[in-house]
Amino acid sequence: MLVEDKPGVLARVAGLFARRGFNVESLAVGPTEIPEVSRMTIVVNLEDQPLAQVIQQLDKLIDVIAIEELSVQAGIERELILVKIQVKERDRTALKQSINPNICRVVDESDSMLTIEAAATPFEIKQLLSRLSEFGVAELVQSGVVAIGRGPAALNEKLRTGAEN
Amino acid sequence: MTEKLTGAQVLIRSLEQAQAEVVFGIPGGAILPAYDPLMDSSKLRHILVRHEQAAGHAASGYAWASGRVGVCMATSGPGATNLVTPLADAHMDSIPVVAITGQVPSPAIGTDAFQEADIRGITFPITKHNYLVTDPHEIPRAVAEAFYIASTGRPGPVLVDISKDALQAETTWWWPTEIKLRGYRPHRSASDQAVADAVELILSAKKPVLYVGGGIIKASATNELLEMANLTGIPVVTTLMARGAVPDSHPSHLGMPGMHGTVAAVGALQQSDLLIALGARFDDRVTGKLSTFAPNAKVIHLDIDPAEIGKNRAADVALVGDAKQTISRLNAEFSKQLKNGRTIDQAAWWQSLNRLRDTYPLGYDDPHDGSLSPQYVIQRLGELAGPDAIYTAGVGQHQMWAAQFIKYERPNTWLNSGGLGTMGYAVPAAMGAKVAKPNNPVWAIDGDGCFQMTNQELATCTINEIPIKVAVINNNSLGMVRQWQTLFYNERYSQTDLHSHSFPDFVKLAEAYGAYGLRCDSAEQVDGTIEKAMAMDDAPVVIDFMVHQDAMVWPMVAAGTSNSDIKVARDMAPVWDRED
Repeated sequence: MLVEDKPGVLARVAGLFARRGFNVESLAVGPTEIPEVSRMTIVVNLEDQPLAQVIQQLDKLIDVIAIEELSVQAGIERELILVKIQVKERDRTALKQSINPNICRVVDESDSMLTIEAAATPFEIKQLLSRLSEFGVAELVQSGVVAIGRGPAALNEKLRTGAEN
Repeated sequence: MTEKLTGAQVLIRSLEQAQAEVVFGIPGGAILPAYDPLMDSSKLRHILVRHEQAAGHAASGYAWASGRVGVCMATSGPGATNLVTPLADAHMDSIPVVAITGQVPSPAIGTDAFQEADIRGITFPITKHNYLVTDPHEIPRAVAEAFYIASTGRPGPVLVDISKDALQAETTWWWPTEIKLRGYRPHRSASDQAVADAVELILSAKKPVLYVGGGIIKASATNELLEMANLTGIPVVTTLMARGAVPDSHPSHLGMPGMHGTVAAVGALQQSDLLIALGARFDDRVTGKLSTFAPNAKVIHLDIDPAEIGKNRAADVALVGDAKQTISRLNAEFSKQLKNGRTIDQAAWWQSLNRLRDTYPLGYDDPHDGSLSPQYVIQRLGELAGPDAIYTAGVGQHQMWAAQFIKYERPNTWLNSGGLGTMGYAVPAAMGAKVAKPNNPVWAIDGDGCFQMTNQELATCTINEIPIKVAVINNNSLGMVRQWQTLFYNERYSQTDLHSHSFPDFVKLAEAYGAYGLRCDSAEQVDGTIEKAMAMDDAPVVIDFMVHQDAMVWPMVAAGTSNSDIKVARDMAPVWDRED
């Protein structure tokens, strides 16, 4: 979702979800290729509400410029985690060997602790965390999902066509 | 050299440029800079109200009666929070209102300063959009956008909060030549295919109903609607927000649907096989228990707001667009199909509806003790004041009776708080309507409970020569709540007795405010009292109609139950099907 980079936009979006009873699983906000436009990736849990209603209500917010629905198949999704593992000396090598180097790396190391960074799909992150829990997770920080559509189309095309209306 | 102005001067000039003519408001610390140049404006008439809530409702009443954007103004903190109720009200009923509020100086924002309230944050969910302006150069843009957003698409309230330092700082004048809002696309149009599909559904329906909501009045689509009703012969129901969208005297009009609708209107929706919803939103007060609402009906849903489509009831054909234009297209397509030899036969449908209409007309029983019937008062008021008058109402029994027993022949003559259900709406809304339409009589039909929430505005009306007329339907209690206690709480009247047959003395109260005060407590006096009030045009008039306490609003669909379980009186259900 592309939004105006203005104060209060996040509050408007979050407030809408709260007030209409839409469940948010995760929300990530950041800058985009366009100045003054931010992008939000929102993962919604649709047990009670049809997605069309969620999208239409969001689209009514004046500061929301463009919305695109990305299914798991249509989008590329990534989550970022930083996780501290309390590790005994004898487990250290085993731990390092057990993590997939394509998505993980050790970013900080001390006598009793190993900090691992991983960026991967939500499914891979879930698997990784389950493996790491065997060693003992001391601290975990996890970002919301960010996602982008597959193929040549870009969400900012909607912004340009929207501006012409 | 470019002219230097203060932000406050720019604000006033922006309001003038946006073609505001009237501002209802109250000054205070943070908005004070704006009131200085306001004093010099020859284009803006400011009406000093007695409570900010009234400023908001007056702006709504003005907007509704005039078709223009209503403007209200208040200071920061409590001034702004007093606008919360009317903004929420305008949001629910889609009324174009712009609220200007002062905010504490920008360096003090966030410090819990004196009279600071985050009114922008507070009003996120109850405005169509809102602004916090701290740069004086941004004032014209915010005002221009606010008026544009308020009045286009589905109308609604917009708040512009301006910090005191922005009002005081010097800047230069400019005015945006075009509005650029890339996230706002109010101009939508239904596809030709959707229009054709809708007409196909209409032609194949056996029991269609035109379910008409307030959007038709807002879109000024009443002529097109009338053409549609005449062209198709389809029965029409008008919701609380749409009373007057087709004349009540029109032969196809079945009355108001919903919790206190006519049996014919409620029955038509329930038995329908095609609902043609026009600017209506399937509100719970219309549908009753949603899962049992019009169970056999397909739905054509026309609305300017795409989020209304499928919100409460799935649509078989969605027509997102302006009602005036879209109904014209439907009419044209329908006419084309008639020329092609297609027909629509509703004889059997009308026969069944006419039976309902004839068997269960709106009515009431006179009180056994000979005391005054509230329905009679309202009915006579409608007959004497006529269809040229503008009627406003508060919320409760009197509102429902005014919706039922006054015959509306024109749009924008019935103003009430439909969505939010705001007690106290009638007097300030009548004040706003009278300012907009000084040549039309404006009657506030109010309850004794409602009247005591906003009657301080009689002072405003007297002083500013706004001669509204107030009919207080005084049943000594919070009547609708009392009715529910009668029906659902074993007649245990907890906290609904207002003693307003005794205190205050509404006649003396009116006189204290410089208004005329009249009292009426018998049927014989009703016409004479109303006629006397109609002749008094140099000051506001208040009539205290002392009516029976136990009168109830019927028909009624109890909250949360099916429309099919409507009662025409206590424990009396209509007979739906009769095998002839």
